[in-house]
Amino acid sequence: MADLRSEFIGIKSPNPFWLASAPPTDKEYNVRRAYEAGWGGVVWKTLGSEGPPVVNVSGPRYGVIYGPDRRVMGINNIELITDRPLEVNLREIKSVKRDWPDRALIISLMVPCDEESWKDILHRIEDTGADGVELNFGCPHGMAERGMGAAVGQVPEYIEMVTRWVKTHSRMPCIVKLTPNVTSILPPALAAKRGGADAVSLINTVKSVISVDLDAFAPEPTIDGKGTHGGYCGPAVKPIALNMVGEIARFDETRGLPISGIGGVTTWRDAAEFLAMGAGNVQVCTAAMTYGFKVVQEMISGLSDYMDRKGFASVSEIVGRAVPNFSEWQHLNLNHVTKAVIDQDACINCGRCYAVCEDTSHQAISVDEARTYTVKDEECVACNLCVDVCPVGCIDMKTLPVGSMDPRTGRPVAPYGNWTTHPNNPMARAAE
Amino acid sequence: MAHSQYTPGIVPARLAPDAYRARFADIAPPLDDHQAQVAADRCYFCHDAPCMEACPTSIDIPLFIRQIATGTPEAAAKTILTQNILGGMCARVCPTETLCEGACVREAAEGAPVRIGALQRYATDRMMARQDHPFTRAAATGRRIAVVGAGPAGLACAHRLALLGHEVTLYDARPRAGGLNEYGIASYKAVDGFAAREIDWLMQIGGIRLVTGWKLGTDATLADLVDSHDAVFLGLGLGATGALGLAGEDKTGIAPATEFIAELRQAEDLSALPIGRAVIVIGGGMTAIDAAVQARLLGAPDVTIVYRRSRAEMPASELEQELALTRGVRIVENAVPVAIHGNGALHEVEFARTEAGPAGLVVTEDTFRLSADQLFRAIGQRLGPLPDGLTTEAGKIRVEGAGRTALPKVWAGGDCAQGGQDLTVTAVAEGRDAAEDIHSFLMGA
Repeated sequence: MADLRSEFIGIKSPNPFWLASAPPTDKEYNVRRAYEAGWGGVVWKTLGSEGPPVVNVSGPRYGVIYGPDRRVMGINNIELITDRPLEVNLREIKSVKRDWPDRALIISLMVPCDEESWKDILHRIEDTGADGVELNFGCPHGMAERGMGAAVGQVPEYIEMVTRWVKTHSRMPCIVKLTPNVTSILPPALAAKRGGADAVSLINTVKSVISVDLDAFAPEPTIDGKGTHGGYCGPAVKPIALNMVGEIARFDETRGLPISGIGGVTTWRDAAEFLAMGAGNVQVCTAAMTYGFKVVQEMISGLSDYMDRKGFASVSEIVGRAVPNFSEWQHLNLNHVTKAVIDQDACINCGRCYAVCEDTSHQAISVDEARTYTVKDEECVACNLCVDVCPVGCIDMKTLPVGSMDPRTGRPVAPYGNWTTHPNNPMARAAE
Repeated sequence: MAHSQYTPGIVPARLAPDAYRARFADIAPPLDDHQAQVAADRCYFCHDAPCMEACPTSIDIPLFIRQIATGTPEAAAKTILTQNILGGMCARVCPTETLCEGACVREAAEGAPVRIGALQRYATDRMMARQDHPFTRAAATGRRIAVVGAGPAGLACAHRLALLGHEVTLYDARPRAGGLNEYGIASYKAVDGFAAREIDWLMQIGGIRLVTGWKLGTDATLADLVDSHDAVFLGLGLGATGALGLAGEDKTGIAPATEFIAELRQAEDLSALPIGRAVIVIGGGMTAIDAAVQARLLGAPDVTIVYRRSRAEMPASELEQELALTRGVRIVENAVPVAIHGNGALHEVEFARTEAGPAGLVVTEDTFRLSADQLFRAIGQRLGPLPDGLTTEAGKIRVEGAGRTALPKVWAGGDCAQGGQDLTVTAVAEGRDAAEDIHSFLMGA
């Protein structure tokens, strides 16, 4: 069993798996059960200002994208921040933290965009014993209409301003949660850093409409005949999140800013990928909302086995390991040549590789009378689509060594060369 | 009628009156919506799918399964029925394990094919439950065609001809249409009068006049039909079961398996059906399995199938054999009956063991006896007497192309004609293709 202990901006937890601020962390009952199941930390569901709590819809709050066998691939929600009184939440947070001192407990906050509101809420949470705060600048629905959540996260100046207020009025570590509903994640991340954030967490949910009721002709989830956009999360958003995490991790001006990775983490492997792309830990929501808290046990055993296999002594050894290889396109080796190879013994002859290559790619697979599918090296551009659609994973890419003949181009494979120096690049010529 | 399973002889009511319904219930209960969804999700939507190639009627299986997966089972049914108008019956009786499901790539990958047969039933049941017919006839052509035999081949031919705008008279010698669908398959494969319901539904196309109790050669000759119609299709099926060729074959208790199966299918009250205590079925095909299993279900405690070759060589699929074995039927391989013993009624059957020799099967001197009070022959049916002018080859009506016989204007298909296995689905394909050929011939297309 590898050592999974995690320290993220000074906050210690027995493993790097935290539950994200969301329905699973709305109350003491859930959070205690989460800790019992093994979660290393919890970001308590977002608290708002003192006073009458927000009101949630009592119709459906979630919609879903299904994979085969009704596997949940993505959830869309229109739930707002906690709808329970502030005092109740604060009392419960204090009680839970007292009983579980070794687990991380972060409080997510969202109050109106004025200094007094932030000062007030920070004062109210001071004696809960919580380990830090997370500023919810991410929720794309409901609260954004009131000038909070993503409405702040989409304006870097606001992020910087509020973050600075928080750092001025609190000694707690401060994580800024970012919205992906922006054209570039870098200005918001940079703004958080300038404001003094100890870390950023991302991504919050993606603004979305998940489905349309084709009888009622209304977006779903449908509340009394109407639907509104919600926030999309789960396995389907993981690629968006991985890119944004990686961009912050490799960008000169944000490099080194701690990142809590969020977005579709479902298995240990997803978590390890986020760590490799620069996240110091991960936060999980949809997997728990799909399968319950027990999923963390697979994440713990899986990450541990992986670390043992790789000889990693601590989680931090994984963090950022893939970032140096997260390149811009222009630096990719344009002379690198691979060819698809079908393992005929493992092939089940479904022909999906053929269908997609023939119809949508490069006509680089042939089929004979016996339904044997063979790659035509002289046509294969190594797009990888056959590998991607093969249901049994019997297609691999083999690399042609430098100097060997590429049957497609009729030329030998050349050594490394990228776009910046490529003869077809007008900018390359201009530089000469 | 206080009989028990162990009452000697051939007697009715071996079981309690309420036992029959459960024993003869649907052997493969239909999938519900959720089960169908899960099953459909497993289909890979293969290119030029092997399942489709393996289907004698070439149903577009990946397409219909995708239509189920996307919540449109009636569209799926139309995909099926366009190719195979008896898709509902075929979903129940096809040996899918040797056809579509045997070819499924997930059989290759995991030893667990997509449940194509069950999904086909799910889709076609949905369509049938809607009680309307998805096809519309083309404009009337004014052509009249006689279809002889209302079994799978004749029904498929008649439907396709009617669809194309022709007027069809469909003749059958039995009191009810359906052929083997109605008279020839185990009752637990098509419960609740499915064969008859399917025909009622099929006839909704219109343009088909059904004449039952009509016998070719008795009520009219083939020549009469040819004279009075623009074309004739013969879907005669096969005739009598072959005899064992043994002395004493006329003893009480010996009958063709097909008769037993037909009687059982038509029985209003299964408890009234007599069955032996020790039953022997001679043969190795699906008819043998159907007869043996149903003998067990009727309460016969001791049922044995005896086949002249090895189990691996049995025409009945492994799945069918397993069905028999799990229902308590014993299978004796490599033996042939050589003598029948009994005084008036059957008492014992003597068998000789066989060996595979270079020149075929060798019957050895090694013999044994099995006691029996009932014996069913399921050693293959033979073509009945044929009208003049038709030629035969290997015991079947000789045909060329899509069922063209030696006689002008006469087509043939199904079990009576050359080509394919003797399966419902093959008969449907042949009937359908003959109809298309007749249409081309008549309309000069």
